[in-house]
Amino acid sequence: MDFNDSAEEAAFREQARTWLAANAPTAEELAGLDEVQAAKLWQKRKYDAGWACIRWPEEYGGRGASAIEQVIWNQEEAKFATPGGVFAIGQGMAAPTLMAWGKEEHKRKHLPPLASGEHIWCQLFSEPAGGSDLAALRTRAEKVGDDWVINGQKIWTSGAHYSDYGIIVLRTDPTVPKHKGLSYFFLDMKSPGIDIRPIKQISGDANFNEVYFTDVRVPDDQRLGAVGQGWQVALTTLMNERMAIGGGGGGVGFRQVFDLARKVEIDGAPAIRDKNVRAKLATWYAQEAGLKYTGYRSLTALSKGEIPGPENSIGKLVAASKTQDMASFAMDLLELSGAVSDPAYGAARGLYQGMFMGAPGGRIAGGSDEIMLNILAERVLGLPQDVRVDKGIPFNEVPTGR
Amino acid sequence: MNFEFSDEQNLLREQAVGFLQENCPPAAVRAILDGDAAYDQALWKKIAELGWMATVVPERYGGIGLSHLELCVIAEELGRAVAPVPFSSSVYLATEALLLAGSESQQEKWLPKLATGGAIGTFALGEGPGQPTPAKLATIAAGGRLAGVKMPVADGDVADFAVVVAKADSGDGASLYLAELDGVARTPVATLDPTRSHARIAFDNDAAEPLGAPGQGWALAQRLFDRAAVLFAWEQVGGAAAALDMAKEYASQRYAFGRPIASYQAIKHKLAHAYVKNTLARANCYYGAWALGTDAAELPLAAATARVSATQAYYYASKENIQTHGGMGFTWEFDCQFHYRRAKLLSVNIGSESTWQDKLIAAVEQRNAA
Repeated sequence: MDFNDSAEEAAFREQARTWLAANAPTAEELAGLDEVQAAKLWQKRKYDAGWACIRWPEEYGGRGASAIEQVIWNQEEAKFATPGGVFAIGQGMAAPTLMAWGKEEHKRKHLPPLASGEHIWCQLFSEPAGGSDLAALRTRAEKVGDDWVINGQKIWTSGAHYSDYGIIVLRTDPTVPKHKGLSYFFLDMKSPGIDIRPIKQISGDANFNEVYFTDVRVPDDQRLGAVGQGWQVALTTLMNERMAIGGGGGGVGFRQVFDLARKVEIDGAPAIRDKNVRAKLATWYAQEAGLKYTGYRSLTALSKGEIPGPENSIGKLVAASKTQDMASFAMDLLELSGAVSDPAYGAARGLYQGMFMGAPGGRIAGGSDEIMLNILAERVLGLPQDVRVDKGIPFNEVPTGR
Repeated sequence: MNFEFSDEQNLLREQAVGFLQENCPPAAVRAILDGDAAYDQALWKKIAELGWMATVVPERYGGIGLSHLELCVIAEELGRAVAPVPFSSSVYLATEALLLAGSESQQEKWLPKLATGGAIGTFALGEGPGQPTPAKLATIAAGGRLAGVKMPVADGDVADFAVVVAKADSGDGASLYLAELDGVARTPVATLDPTRSHARIAFDNDAAEPLGAPGQGWALAQRLFDRAAVLFAWEQVGGAAAALDMAKEYASQRYAFGRPIASYQAIKHKLAHAYVKNTLARANCYYGAWALGTDAAELPLAAATARVSATQAYYYASKENIQTHGGMGFTWEFDCQFHYRRAKLLSVNIGSESTWQDKLIAAVEQRNAA
């Protein structure tokens, strides 16, 4: 066991570090730009120098790097405050799906502008009637000539309002069982008939949208996979989603609450002296460390050219609840002031209250806790699937409730 | 980045798994649980022949001189098999204490015997309920003699010697002493886990010699526990993995309401939570193994982190394994009790979960101060 890079890895890291140090955007460069403008500026700069989407083949805008080189790049880029979240869905989910299922001309046309940041893509999967049970989605597509005509509603679409393209799963045949009547397309988000409305969340932010479709036309040429094969194509996207969301966390972590516990008092002594506080913090520390070292184990597999095991799929599940519990605990440490989120008066400018209100979303987005547990139980532990009352029944005969 | 055991270490694991399946099946554990023997002597002899007790003992003392990574591999497999042998006392504690603080002559005398399993050593700290502290120590050393009661001492009934934490009458604070136990008043005490024997040792002016510098006993004991904690944690993750496997297998075969209980989310989510806890604990144990193997400055934090998460993981897996088995899990006939007993025993043996949580935060504080 050792934590050092191999000679090639170290050379690659040095190359990445040198380029980043000379080229990472400065605060002055980003001043006055909105999130999308800032992200596009940085993405284009990386692209022009051959540092965008480095794992992708060169002909699609990447540099043909290995998985471990991608990780090294991510580690080094993370040391700079670089913008880029708006590309996560397009580059992290749509692109791998295009690579796996798209025609060569699609790849050559659409991947380079994804890599350069010229285009932003969004994901149109969830529906009011299809969240955890995604395959129960109802938005219809009917074949008219060489086009499909879409009617229905999607929900929880991040970035729909600034996206150029979207990936979408549609019901093309409601008379067959639910997984078999789906097809997968990509479409131009500026198509006539698309109506985008932001959703205000309990946190007060509006990161997601509802997207309504009224007679929206998408060419059959933009279908990925066969008609009726949409579920298999969607699984490619979802596997990449869980990797993209992965071990994240951010916001409130051990460090913040540990520091807070040294500042506030319990019974006239720093809270960190309190056994109960120490016990809770220690458990959270051990969880964070466990996620970090689980990541190291995956890196080891990548470094050897192997595929990492399923361990990393625990990341979102553990991190989301931990964030919620730590935010709640931090407010308890603040006692009466725990309620104050006002940036002018609140501790950490309202960080804990903000994380507390945002945390429920983390436990639901990208596969709810319950769905993640099902996935671990079925795919990792190999336990049998639950009984499905809609199995084998034509979709239009499945009971729907409200 | 290479955060994995080597091919040789993985080969050792394969051999250990095969050996223990054959020589330490559940029936062997049950024989100790139900019988009068303090430990499985036949298994102990075979383990000795494989050289497991000699793993980290230097070659000049008859050892094999491998690293602690190999010992971590062995610890995990002994934990998985719930092995009823005095390995943790003799290897993780007594052997480590001699390596840490023993004089040349003490090492020369004991290490070769420990390495062959011909002698069993143990570590005697506790003196009854509550967290031990240097101030509370009532075992006194005077003129090369020990007086006081140590209780409970793991494997104290079968050990040839104990490393004893005691106070010198000269007032130097806690020191370590090496006491041969032949002729010392010892009584076996019943414990939660009869597959691991424990004793009450009443020193009545029995001979003992200092181990390590006088007054350094508490600091040495802490260092020793940091090292042992990593190995205990590996036993715990081995046991936790076995408990989860048991639950998984039973739930897949047991039917209720016309289908396997493993197809119900109530069971699935329980077992998925166990998998998550086991995975986190195992990753922390990897880091602990690295810190122990390289004697890294991070060892106190790495050990506490591994220990806390492994304790939590084994407790959860062992209790939910019984729950998954339903009423049958509560019967003496079923083996679920092995893990429930061993999980709790291991969690109190070298300090409770809260003791190690406290150590973890203390280690973070120390790192910050540095």
